[in-house]
Amino acid sequence: MRVNMTVNGEQRQADDVWEGESLLYVLRERLGLPGSKNACEQGECGSCTVYLDAVPVCACLVAAGQAQGREVRTVEGLADGDRLDPVQQSFVDAGAVQCGFCTPGLVVAAHDLLDRVPEPSDEEIREALAGNLCRCTGYEKILDAVKLAATRGADA
Amino acid sequence: MEFLRPATLPEALSVKAERPGAVPIAGGTDVMVELNFDHRRPEALLDLTGIAELAEWSAEDGTVRLGAGVPYTRLIEQLGKRLPGLAMAARTVGSPQIRNRGTVGGNLGAASPAGDTHPVLLATGATIEVASVRGTRTIAAEDFYLGVKRNALEPDELITAVNLPDTKAPQQFSKIGTRNAMVIAVCSFGLALHPEQGRVGAAIGSAAPTPRRSRAAEDFLSGELTDAGLWESPEPLRDSVCRRFGELVAEGTEPIDDVRGSAAYRKHALSVLARRTLGWAWQEYRAGERSCA
Repeated sequence: MRVNMTVNGEQRQADDVWEGESLLYVLRERLGLPGSKNACEQGECGSCTVYLDAVPVCACLVAAGQAQGREVRTVEGLADGDRLDPVQQSFVDAGAVQCGFCTPGLVVAAHDLLDRVPEPSDEEIREALAGNLCRCTGYEKILDAVKLAATRGADA
Repeated sequence: MEFLRPATLPEALSVKAERPGAVPIAGGTDVMVELNFDHRRPEALLDLTGIAELAEWSAEDGTVRLGAGVPYTRLIEQLGKRLPGLAMAARTVGSPQIRNRGTVGGNLGAASPAGDTHPVLLATGATIEVASVRGTRTIAAEDFYLGVKRNALEPDELITAVNLPDTKAPQQFSKIGTRNAMVIAVCSFGLALHPEQGRVGAAIGSAAPTPRRSRAAEDFLSGELTDAGLWESPEPLRDSVCRRFGELVAEGTEPIDDVRGSAAYRKHALSVLARRTLGWAWQEYRAGERSCA
C-alpha cells in the first residue's frame, strides 16, 4: 500500500508498504531517516520515539497505515539545519551521549517533557524518561542534560 | 494482509461483520508487538484510530462513558478526578510513550489476566459496551473475562466504550512489579467504595486465569461496615477487620508460579495490597465525611 504523511514538515510518500509494517520501518528503510533506532520492536526501549501529531510514541508500535495523513516529527526534525536543538546541545555538553543508540529516543522524550514542563523536578524527569533504556550510562548524565536544557530554556 | 481504515463506526462494524478475522488495532501496543515478532499474521488489520467517536468520553446521570479508544494519557489528565481508580491503574501502564497510545478498549480486547485496568473495572462495577451490525449490548465487567486472553466478544463485535460510575467515593489501585516503570503486574488489586449502596468492590489481577472479583472479601467487609453503621459515622477500622479482608482476598485467588513470582508470594502480596488499599480508601472516606460536616 501507499502511505502519505508529513514528516518533519515535508510531505512524504512511501510505496509498497506491507500492511503490517511499522512506522519505524517506513521512516528508516523507506524514507531514509535512520535517526529513530530499531532495537526492541516491542515498545520497551524507547529508542524509536517520535512525535505523531505532536504526541511522543514508539514508532515501532504504530502501524504504518495509521500514520496516513498524519504529522510525524523525528529526531532529525528537531535541529534547525546545522543548529542543534537546545536539548540535543545539552546532551552533547553534559556528556550524556555514549554509544548514542538510545540518544535519539531520549532526546525526543526530553524535548516533549520540557515542552510541557519547562522546569521539571528530578522525579518528573525520571518518570518522563521511564520508557527509554540506556545500556551504557547510569542515567545520571542524561538527567544532568535534561536539567541543563531546562536551565537554558529558562534563560532563553 | 489488508489494512482497513473505516472512517465511521457503522462502517467499521460492517467490515467486522464481513471480515470477522480482521484484527482491530488502536494504540497498537499489543497488536504491533505480535506482528513485529511474527507471532500473528491476521488477514487484515482494522484500524480504529480514524473513528472520532471512539476517542471521546462523556459524563451523564452519574455515569462516565469512556470511549474504547481514549488513550491512557488523556484518561489520566482529563478523568483523574472522576475515575480515580482507573486513572491510578492507567498511570502504572508501561511508559509515557505507551500511555500515549494504549487504551482501555485495547486492554479489554487483549483480556490478559495481568491487564492493569481490569481490577478497577471489576471493583467499580463497570460495564462494557460492545457493538456489531446486530446492535449494541452491554456486558458487566465480571461477565466479560472468560479465560486467559479470552473475552465475551463475538467475532463480529467491537468494543466501543466502558461505563463507570461518576462518583466522589474513594477508589484505590495497587500493583506489584519488579520496577516502577515498563513492567507487567506480578499481581494487582483494585478497590472501590460504594457508600450509596453500602457496598465495597474489590478485585484482583494476575492471580487467577482471569481478573476476578474478590466476592467473599467484598461481602465480609460490606457487612462489617453496614452492621457497625460505619458508612454514616466512619470510625477507624479495626485491625482485625482489615486483616480478615486481606485474608479473604488472598483465599479468593488461584495464582500460578511463574517467572514473575511464586503463587505463594502472589497470595501473600495480595493480602497486603488489600489491607493497604483499604486503609488508604477508608482514610480518604473519613476525611471526606469530616470536610462535609
